Amino acid sequence: MELIVTRNQRLAEQIFVMELSGDVGTLPPGSFVELAIPGFYLRRPFSVSRSENGSVTIIYKIVGKGTEAMSHFPVGCSVDVLCGLGNGFDVTKARKKALLIGGGVGTAPLYQLSILLKEQKIETVACLGFNTLSEIFLQKELEENCKEVRITTLDGTYGEKGFVTTQLTDIEYDYFYACGPLPMLKAVCELLPTQGQLSLEARMGCGYGVCMGCTIPTQLGPKRVCKEGPVFEKEELIW
Amino acid sequence: MVDTSVNLCGITLQNPVIPASGTFGFGLEMAEFYDLNVLGAIAIKGTTVAPRLGNPSPRIAECTQGLLNSIGLQNPGAEQVVKEEIPNLRMHFRQPIIGNICGFSVDDYRECCRIVAPNVDLVELNISCPNVHNGGMAFGTTERGAAEVVTAVRDVCDRPLFVKLSPNVTDIVSIAKTCENAGADGLTLINTLLGMRIDIRRRVPVLAQKMGGFSGPAVFPVALRMVYQVHKVCSLPIIGCGGVQSAEDVIEMMMAGATAVQVGSENLRNPYACPDIIKHLPERMKQLKINNLNQIIGIIE
Repeated sequence: MELIVTRNQRLAEQIFVMELSGDVGTLPPGSFVELAIPGFYLRRPFSVSRSENGSVTIIYKIVGKGTEAMSHFPVGCSVDVLCGLGNGFDVTKARKKALLIGGGVGTAPLYQLSILLKEQKIETVACLGFNTLSEIFLQKELEENCKEVRITTLDGTYGEKGFVTTQLTDIEYDYFYACGPLPMLKAVCELLPTQGQLSLEARMGCGYGVCMGCTIPTQLGPKRVCKEGPVFEKEELIW
Repeated sequence: MVDTSVNLCGITLQNPVIPASGTFGFGLEMAEFYDLNVLGAIAIKGTTVAPRLGNPSPRIAECTQGLLNSIGLQNPGAEQVVKEEIPNLRMHFRQPIIGNICGFSVDDYRECCRIVAPNVDLVELNISCPNVHNGGMAFGTTERGAAEVVTAVRDVCDRPLFVKLSPNVTDIVSIAKTCENAGADGLTLINTLLGMRIDIRRRVPVLAQKMGGFSGPAVFPVALRMVYQVHKVCSLPIIGCGGVQSAEDVIEMMMAGATAVQVGSENLRNPYACPDIIKHLPERMKQLKINNLNQIIGIIE
């Protein structure tokens, strides 16, 4: 469907936020949308960071020419978007206390999730890892919904120095939700004894399950990150 | 009213637009986007005797006006396709289904065809997949290999037998004629062109397999040329495939000699590609004063 850009601005180093308005309905947290970018053959997938009736917000990192072109979309321009792709996080899995773990731009979908968890009166702690101070985003927004937000940076320019996994061990929670680079997700799975859901990133062809470009092997057989995912249960994943 | 129907070996298609194998799964995912019954037919995902996970990732690389893929024939295996996938598709789809058969030996092709053929309306023999070793394209790049597979499959195939050919050959015409002589009922032209991309920052190929099949609008003129050349010397019906993205492309492909047309890569960027083309086709036919598509098949001298 055609959506209108109502906001497209820099949030942090190489990180942008884009709000698109139109009849998108309510999109599940952790589901994703795909934008067509003029001049580029394939669509680009982005997780939903915030979804309200009539608008969807994505947070994207400039990683190539496609996302670079997106950062120049003017407010008011029309974009061809496919909405409601993928499965999304299951917010009913957390019973009383949830742990959110985000790495870099993978922090984006945790925002919508934090809002829904708060509505369900789930006490939430968010642990976020970034490369450096200038790349931090969503800290304030998550602080509004979470009991605590902990931040680590790889270079120590903000918060504790190191990976996000350095500060997960003393938190009381019954279920975790994570999104970030694959090495981070692997480390999280190895470190945490509890159950959880993880949102995976993948190079996709179509984004709706027909090309098999993003298939991964799982404990339950081959699964498409775009269709059966992008959110998987910890026990399903093979590292 | 214009007539968009075409006939493939006695099977009437309401229109010539067919999603190409490998760009449409087994059809069900697309049923979430639109009513599949508007399509001329569906060519389902390439099927092998045994289940396959396919190649390592990344297995997609974007290109100018197209993409590379190195999926490597991921599929749940012939028995599962026949037991689950085809019946599930039939619940949503009343038009012809084209089974796409691949293998790693002549016996593989024969066994796969024996299992799949009775459950589909047409068979497409894939001897042109560039993404698997010791099979696939290896059979489609020599006259001898092509003849061997077609001959071996012919007597276990009671459906119209189309052979999907590779463009990665010096002379596609001679391979096409070999298939005709070996008993094929039709040809699908063309599969993907072998290609490659490199990530210049990391200094590694983009695809884990290094090379993959190139498809998309960029290959349309190559596909069109091959359809034209083969149609000139071969009497078999041809399904034209390669870079088709509009009703105009369908008409152009048919003028070159195609009886029907497959739409591939375009399904991966626009899930509504096929219904969009089907909707525009009668309008374009009227504008071009084409009453019946059969009138334009191979009209180019």
